[in-house]
Amino acid sequence: MERVIEVEHLEKKFGNFTAVDHISFHVERGEIFGFLGANGAGKTTAMRMLCGLSKPTSGTGRVVGFDIARESEKIKRGIGYMSQKFSLYENLTVRENIRLYGGIYGMRRSEIRDKMDRVLGDLGLLEERNTQVRLLPQGVKQRLAFSVAAFHEPQVVFLDEPTGGVDPAVRRMFWELIYQAAADGITVFVTTHYMDEAEYCDRVSIMVDGRIEALGTPAALKQQYGVPGMQEVFYLLARRAQRKEG
Amino acid sequence: MNLAMILAENIGMTYRQVLKEIVALKEISIEVKEGEVFGLIGPDGAGKSTLFRILTTLLLPTRGRAFVGGFDVIDQYREVRNIVGYMPGKFSLYQDLSVEENLHFFANVFDTTIQSNYDQIKEIYEQLAPFKNRKAGALSGGMKQKLGLCCALIHKPKVLFLDEPTTGVDPVSRKEFWDVLKRLGKEGMSVLVSTPYMDEARLCDRIGLIFHGELLAVDTPDRLIRKHDKKLVAFRARDMYRLLRDIREEPGVYSCFTFGDSLHTTFREGDYPVERFAASLREAGHVGVEWNEIEAGIEDYFMMLTNDISDGTGH
Repeated sequence: MERVIEVEHLEKKFGNFTAVDHISFHVERGEIFGFLGANGAGKTTAMRMLCGLSKPTSGTGRVVGFDIARESEKIKRGIGYMSQKFSLYENLTVRENIRLYGGIYGMRRSEIRDKMDRVLGDLGLLEERNTQVRLLPQGVKQRLAFSVAAFHEPQVVFLDEPTGGVDPAVRRMFWELIYQAAADGITVFVTTHYMDEAEYCDRVSIMVDGRIEALGTPAALKQQYGVPGMQEVFYLLARRAQRKEG
Repeated sequence: MNLAMILAENIGMTYRQVLKEIVALKEISIEVKEGEVFGLIGPDGAGKSTLFRILTTLLLPTRGRAFVGGFDVIDQYREVRNIVGYMPGKFSLYQDLSVEENLHFFANVFDTTIQSNYDQIKEIYEQLAPFKNRKAGALSGGMKQKLGLCCALIHKPKVLFLDEPTTGVDPVSRKEFWDVLKRLGKEGMSVLVSTPYMDEARLCDRIGLIFHGELLAVDTPDRLIRKHDKKLVAFRARDMYRLLRDIREEPGVYSCFTFGDSLHTTFREGDYPVERFAASLREAGHVGVEWNEIEAGIEDYFMMLTNDISDGTGH
């Protein structure tokens, strides 16, 4: 299997504070990887390094074949990113959002035009192409945001709490989109606070105080800790946290 | 104990825009008793925040009446404001003031001091104390929530309104937050709390399920679950995504959704032959097909109620 993300002893310090403390792991092509941890455990800092937005203090890492310390611009071109807090421009139309993101990622106009119809067709949004995003139902917005993040056919899509606050049915439809993307060979790196969603991942890691304390398939982790669900695994590990979030 | 601390009667809210009317709330009636923790459960956009703003006198409803602590939220809004604590969903403290300054400010506004009500907030404030000189804007999400709760409690309110206090907060911090709410309820405070997390529903004394401005059901968590009247089966197999698509193809299936490590499937008929269906899945090439009939949870019930309303797009 090809490793799309690979990090060794990755560390990030802010002054005396070690936000990410020598983490090592890898993610394979087409895998759905759940990146879990309590607030303040260091997830966001680690994710920023993987996306080329922050330089590690020490350690090495490669994402989509490029070095995270020296080739961050190349990484940015090869990945997609979506978060619940920000993803689409509300005052732009569906079409304008896609054109903007496609353009940012250096796609040609003709390429954007051809692919746009296919993606909007899949989403059932052909009629809504000139509608401002703020007027779309939440579930539709969510799926559009994901499709936009994957529009330039990145090898990895990073999803930072993509499903916060959405209704149960919409949350599940969103996950079906993730399954579909993974089946198409896109690697999905996702953070969530919903522990049932941890069960949908191929493998999950759980960060505590800047370190990865557990990593494996949901089934293996449940067996290792002798508990029925990922919720309990998370409680067992996160309760051990020493560090106080600020 | 039967005194209604929150009483809403047919509260409705319609926003008028140039070309259309937006109905945010339709005829909502609820009653929250003294010492009761009442959960309003529903997704974003269901109308939860609108109801909170009406009950805390910040928004005038277009119809209906409401009373908090026996006071009318329209005619006696001053009295209402003195006895309620309100933590809005959006962080609304002063970002440029320190933790301690924020707390001082809210104590002052309600003509009290931190010291005189310290016992009320001690449990939470001790976790904040190491950061008391930090500006509120520089706190992490979990810590902001704790400060917000302290500020809402500093004047010993009789009724506490918490609008999505745990959204985006990790499971361990969420549990700590709920332990505090339980204690406040035991001490006689009435709490109206909203959340999009269905697993928090069972921590409430009673809950109301809200969707598209409508209250679909109100009851204790246990009694609500028992209202789920469809046969519910959990399926597992090696390729879960393919299994999901194949189960949905079966005409006898009413709904099928992923739930943790299994697929929760409801059937149109109570006597549907599940084993025969499982055998046909195995014949179709599925490996490791297992099934068992299970008891419904709150999320199953919510999804059953909304399956007919929702077109699956969240609207």
